[in-house]
Amino acid sequence: MELFRIKNDIPFMSYGRLTTAISLVTFILAIIFLATRGLNFGVDFTGGTVMEVNYPQAANLEGVRKAVDSIGLKEATVQNFGSSHDVLIRLPIKTGLSVSQLSEQVKTALVAADPKAEVRRVEAVGAQVGDELYENGGLALFFVSLGIVLYLWLRFEWRFAVAAIIANMHDVVIILGFFAFFQWEFNLTVLAAILAVLGYSVNESVVVFDRVRENFRKMRKANVVQVIDNAITRTMSRTIITHTMTQTMVGSMLLFGGEVLHNFALALTIGILFGIYSSVLVACPIAMWLGVSRANLIGDLDKKEGNAKDAGKKEVFAEPHPSDFAS
Amino acid sequence: MNRYPMWKNILVAIMILIGLIYTIPNFFGESPAVQITPAKSTTKLDAALLGQVEAIFQQEKIAYDGVYLDARGVKARFANTDTQIKAKDVLQASLGKDYTVALNLLSRSPNWLRNLGAKPMYLGLDLRGGVHFLMQVDMKAALSKAAERFVGDFRIALRKERISYVGVSREGETVQINFNNEAELIKAKTIISKEYPNLTLTESTNGEEKVLKASLNLVEQKRIQDFAIKQNIQTLHNRINELGVAEPIIQQQGADRVVVQLPGVQDTAKAKDILGRTATLEIRLVDEEKNDAATLEKAEKGQAPLGDDVFKNRDGRTILVKKNVALTGDYITDAGPGVDSQSGRNTVNVTLDARGARIFQQVTRENVGKRLAILLIEKGSTEVITAPVINEEIGGGRVQISGMANTQEATDIALLLRAGALAAPMDIIEERTVGPSMGQDNINRGIHSTLWGFLAIAIMMMIYYMAFGVVSVAALAINLLLLVAILSMLQATLTLPGLAAIALALGMAIDANVLINERVREELRNGNTPQASIHAGYERAWDTILDSNVTTLIAGLALFMFGTGPIKGFAVVHVLGILTSMFSAVLVSRAMVNFIYGYRRKVSKLSIGQIFKA
Repeated sequence: MELFRIKNDIPFMSYGRLTTAISLVTFILAIIFLATRGLNFGVDFTGGTVMEVNYPQAANLEGVRKAVDSIGLKEATVQNFGSSHDVLIRLPIKTGLSVSQLSEQVKTALVAADPKAEVRRVEAVGAQVGDELYENGGLALFFVSLGIVLYLWLRFEWRFAVAAIIANMHDVVIILGFFAFFQWEFNLTVLAAILAVLGYSVNESVVVFDRVRENFRKMRKANVVQVIDNAITRTMSRTIITHTMTQTMVGSMLLFGGEVLHNFALALTIGILFGIYSSVLVACPIAMWLGVSRANLIGDLDKKEGNAKDAGKKEVFAEPHPSDFAS
Repeated sequence: MNRYPMWKNILVAIMILIGLIYTIPNFFGESPAVQITPAKSTTKLDAALLGQVEAIFQQEKIAYDGVYLDARGVKARFANTDTQIKAKDVLQASLGKDYTVALNLLSRSPNWLRNLGAKPMYLGLDLRGGVHFLMQVDMKAALSKAAERFVGDFRIALRKERISYVGVSREGETVQINFNNEAELIKAKTIISKEYPNLTLTESTNGEEKVLKASLNLVEQKRIQDFAIKQNIQTLHNRINELGVAEPIIQQQGADRVVVQLPGVQDTAKAKDILGRTATLEIRLVDEEKNDAATLEKAEKGQAPLGDDVFKNRDGRTILVKKNVALTGDYITDAGPGVDSQSGRNTVNVTLDARGARIFQQVTRENVGKRLAILLIEKGSTEVITAPVINEEIGGGRVQISGMANTQEATDIALLLRAGALAAPMDIIEERTVGPSMGQDNINRGIHSTLWGFLAIAIMMMIYYMAFGVVSVAALAINLLLLVAILSMLQATLTLPGLAAIALALGMAIDANVLINERVREELRNGNTPQASIHAGYERAWDTILDSNVTTLIAGLALFMFGTGPIKGFAVVHVLGILTSMFSAVLVSRAMVNFIYGYRRKVSKLSIGQIFKA
């Protein structure tokens, strides 16, 4: 089977203005949602306590609420979680009481109210731990970006590095925008998903950039726009197939992974969908506008290989490759 | 050109074989077991213990599936939990308190696998159930406590050198000594600076009095803090041993934190109680001079006389105790419950070390006829357990503390004293508890996600790329095999995010094969021969695969460096998954393709799905 039978290169770069404009709008929207609604941080970051309680019968939320209220925790939220048998209780940090004392008190109150209550999971995080995670999360994001920029700079060229990181930071902001808009809980696993997406969607840009570099070497007569269009068209089949496969796996997690992995899989899904788009249709136009050219890519390569002065050998490169006739 | 040299084929075969061997233990499941470990590091662990355990089983007619000795202790497997619990009780009764007997789960994998060091993956708490605590050590308290000790030491030193002083007191982390004249101060200063070179000494005057202030310098502060955390970890070890938990993890994290993980523990209240206890014993003299009714009444209202503390003893009567601590729990070497032979009351029998014994002897000698208060300080509240009258000088370091309400209390207090004091109080700042049913649910979720995702990918790949799809799927399966094998080998902690990372690694790893297959198709499309297309396709895809994996690797490493707990687990699997995928997607799949096409005389067509020619 072969799904992609594209005869001529698709002129992606002529849509460059449109695609980047769409990106810009989604990006700005994401920023607006982040600014107005903010992220719904989980206890990992804010500190506090989350308890998951299971009842053999459908849980009586009112009873649970009363039990929690009885120890003076009016700010607690009590809600169903997954099924009617499971209840999720969220408690903010209480001053003068350590997180573990608090969870023990709630546990006692719940069992007193209904002896069949089974506490399946407790996550209690003190305030100082939350602050540190916040900081470390930011640092991790920074170092991933820095590492990727340096690597692409080394391996390709600064224009590509800058274009790739802009495109991918744009993905991150859009994922965050989704989480802000829907007020999905942002916890540590979501952060892990975002960093994984960052690495993954740079992949995408790398595959296209690799092809651009190769094309510059082979398609001597083509201009920059043609070279990029050809690179995107030729890698499109791979792009779609790969993402479909990865998304299949992530979809499986979304279906079978339960509540704990739900938001993780959600972040990955958004990341993958926007990753395809941005790493190709945002990164390439940006690289083009930054002035990527044959000279600054191949020129470097020739110098590295020590062939810069050897004009004779250069001619060999100019020999048209069979694939050039595809365009 | 599409044949691997023999060594490459052998390399691939060996890697797969190793992968198989180390993956297999994961399929055998676990059975209930008990684990016998020496309670003290001095107790020898050898084959004799193994023989002893086997003898006990035969004597008590307990059927066991297997029993063996490893570096940590003797382990025995049973068919069901009833036998397991019976065995635990029997062993604990016969072996006594020199050994800790804990319930555990052990892999059912056969001995030859265990002998190869092949173990199942080490499951994190979110998969097996248990409690995770992050504890913060109160370093300020550690420093104050150290300063407090200097107060006593200075007094002894000054007295020994016959230097007259007005008073020694502590304020925060500095110790202040007051003198009547400069000459005494200078004498004291030379002595103290010689004996305690790590103290910073400053002089000042306060009215008539000359004041010498001693504060801890940075080196000393650091030493005290290091010591405090080491001491706390040791104490936690002792306490958890008494709890009887198999495979607890107690680790320092950062400068002032300790991670405690107790797999399988469900009674979190008890665990917290035992871990959080900061019980210390203090022996102080009762202030007999100010023990009149008027002073006591004033003291009850909160006006304690200078140099005294007010406490209530167990009968509810107020008692005035000197602030000066004669002896602390640090000098205790052993403690056990006992019964007083004369009165028949419950006691705790304490043994002191040589230095403690000497101090205790001196205190009792100097204070015959007075009362000695024994204070138990637990979580900031102080209780006077008993305050007996000193009848005579007590030497030899054996002290009997009476006044226990019952045997249980005597046992509890003895345990606390024996397990040692914490050098500084600790607070639980993070708790994660996962029940056992939740753990199993999480395992199922992770496995189902991976399995169904894998199946779906396999079907799509095979339809789309035909024979090359089959090769890709086989490479992906080998990737999974190698990843599980490495995780089992490293015994890295596998958490639910780790399971998610396995699934994600597979979803991303297929990219390499898609890249290769697309490249091969493209070469064919360009009119190259099948053999040349395979060669060129693999060759050209490699650069791209390398580049794209390096960026993913960077993200994984950053996650590992800055992540904590579950995120670290995710990062480890993520990074390992990338490494195994490079091996399997490129080397293994190529070996398979070579095997299919490389040895044919003439290949007219590759089974890689339809090729559209422009």
